[in-house]
Amino acid sequence: MTSKSLISVERLQVHFSTTRGLLRAVNNVSFEVNRGEAYGIVGESGSGKSVTALSILRILPPTSRIGFGEILFNGRNLLSLSDKEMRAIRGREISMIFQDPQSSFDPIFTISNQIGEAVSIHRKLVTKERDKHITMLLRSVGIPEPEIRKNHYPHQFSGGMKQRAMSAMALSNSPELIIADEPTTSLDVTIQAQIIELFRNLIKELGVSILLITHDMGLIAELCDSVSVMYAGYIVETADVYSLFRNPRHPYTRALIDSIPRLDLDKDKLVSIPGRVPDPLNIPHFCVFQPRCNFSTDICLGGMPELLQVREGTKVACYRAQRGDL
Amino acid sequence: MTATNLVEVKQLKKHFAIGGRSMNPFKKDVVRAVDGVDLVIKEGSTLGLVGESGCGKTTLGRCILRLIEPESGEIFFDSCDIIQLDKKSMRRLRKNMQIVFQDPFSSLDPRMKVGAIISQAFNVFGVPGGGNKKDRVSWLLESVGLEADSVNRFPHEFSGGQRQRIAIARALALNPQFIVADEPVSALDVSVRAQILNLMNELKNSFRLTYLYISHDLSTVKFISDRVAVMYLGKVLETGPVKMVFEKPKHPYTETLIAAVPIPNPALRFNRKAVKGEPPSPISPPSGCRFHPRCPRKTDVCSELEPRVIEVEPGHQVCCHLFTT
Repeated sequence: MTSKSLISVERLQVHFSTTRGLLRAVNNVSFEVNRGEAYGIVGESGSGKSVTALSILRILPPTSRIGFGEILFNGRNLLSLSDKEMRAIRGREISMIFQDPQSSFDPIFTISNQIGEAVSIHRKLVTKERDKHITMLLRSVGIPEPEIRKNHYPHQFSGGMKQRAMSAMALSNSPELIIADEPTTSLDVTIQAQIIELFRNLIKELGVSILLITHDMGLIAELCDSVSVMYAGYIVETADVYSLFRNPRHPYTRALIDSIPRLDLDKDKLVSIPGRVPDPLNIPHFCVFQPRCNFSTDICLGGMPELLQVREGTKVACYRAQRGDL
Repeated sequence: MTATNLVEVKQLKKHFAIGGRSMNPFKKDVVRAVDGVDLVIKEGSTLGLVGESGCGKTTLGRCILRLIEPESGEIFFDSCDIIQLDKKSMRRLRKNMQIVFQDPFSSLDPRMKVGAIISQAFNVFGVPGGGNKKDRVSWLLESVGLEADSVNRFPHEFSGGQRQRIAIARALALNPQFIVADEPVSALDVSVRAQILNLMNELKNSFRLTYLYISHDLSTVKFISDRVAVMYLGKVLETGPVKMVFEKPKHPYTETLIAAVPIPNPALRFNRKAVKGEPPSPISPPSGCRFHPRCPRKTDVCSELEPRVIEVEPGHQVCCHLFTT
């Protein structure tokens, strides 16, 4: 762990016990987010990206079990803290923005009420000061007329405005890390562009780090500095954003990038990945991507490859890429 | 090759009356979901209909199939004004027009087997060309890339992408000429999206189909369409060949829409100016041009006068005062 690093997840394993058996959601996942950095985790549904995010805040459902691993945040292992210590971190040092702003606010309280609650859990402020703080927060995320708007109810806010209000709530105790789980998925593109701009400004002006969880490669390219690509519970590639898009090393990353229809390129046919994501209850014990991979050979059947460095800043979990074949 | 117009829509309007305290029907609030739309879809082509949520694109698609009865306007299908048709003649025409819905989880009856889902239409119209139901179903399943033995399975046994294939097979059952595809890949994962889009393109050739492809996702629209229509608050603001519209958009709204799409190439990342504000309510759309409150290039006339449709180059129409001379 370097001094620049804010949070480092090491060999995290999260399993769920279900009626149909053990679901291995997150396996051996390691990555590191630096201060003031936007870090992206990209993957399709069921890849384990959201579970990874939730385990950082330790808000996983009770059927889950964190098998082993460490989550070092400012040098402290979050997984060994008491519940009380963890509560002091949630919302204060690490906060979260959820996908659906619609269901993340309580419909019967005003916006000011709900942001105020998040503030007063961590700080004792007199009402007047708290109100001033809330107005300031709403203004900083670009909500017009915050003095009036703060007394409105969630249904009086549009989707984009609600997501801004969520960001204001996430910022209310000046956290060092904001986890954003698909923050723009339910928004229109023009509103999404506004939210991306807002995130960029937060990083630039407040120096927060953002951990962005998404399935959208375009969003990663727009916002993130570094990226991890997840597939079936494993990180298959980690790289800085430029190398990842210019020279992806894992066959899955390549296929993912080639399969997107593009506005900036003309394509007659899209590369499609044959088959489907493995059943999470039945993840192969060899390379998880082998059944769908065009480059697989016999060595790919010898256990899941480790995530190893193949060049400065790029780590990949693929036997053939590690040998330099790909 | 001069293809004929398979679908032609003229001045189509659909308004929905919504709540409001007054009992007086003239005082009820009205959502102008589709408010005077002209469209042409040539036989054998794909028209992409793109716009943000609430712009009326789905309502327009359903009106064209008469799944929703429009307020006024004309819809010609194969040169026949279908709004004038009675129920019986309309039903006869329905086998030529089909729809694929967005969510393959709610558009397939969970209690019906796949074979029954696909062959249901045969009970009404018979098997096209006379043949055996079973053979037709297994042939349809194969054409959409599913195994023929899927007939005896239930929808829940399939993944999202496979379910969308079933929905497409159902739409193809009666050899239609025209398919409305309403956000067919939005609910699917990225890697599966590509499979379905490629499949739709292949089927278009083998079944000689005409598509209306409705989506909010500009990248997929660009990939699959020949022509594109951009909708905003119930109006079509720009139509033209895909290449022209995406490479040289004329309408300021199309420009901002294209600029807002994240490009999967970090080298192209720049601090572009995101368009300000949000789409206004379709209950009381702005006066004049509907986009003027958000438009970066508005002039005085924009808030007063509704712009006419102007042909800026052959086949490329724009509804904006910038091009009126």
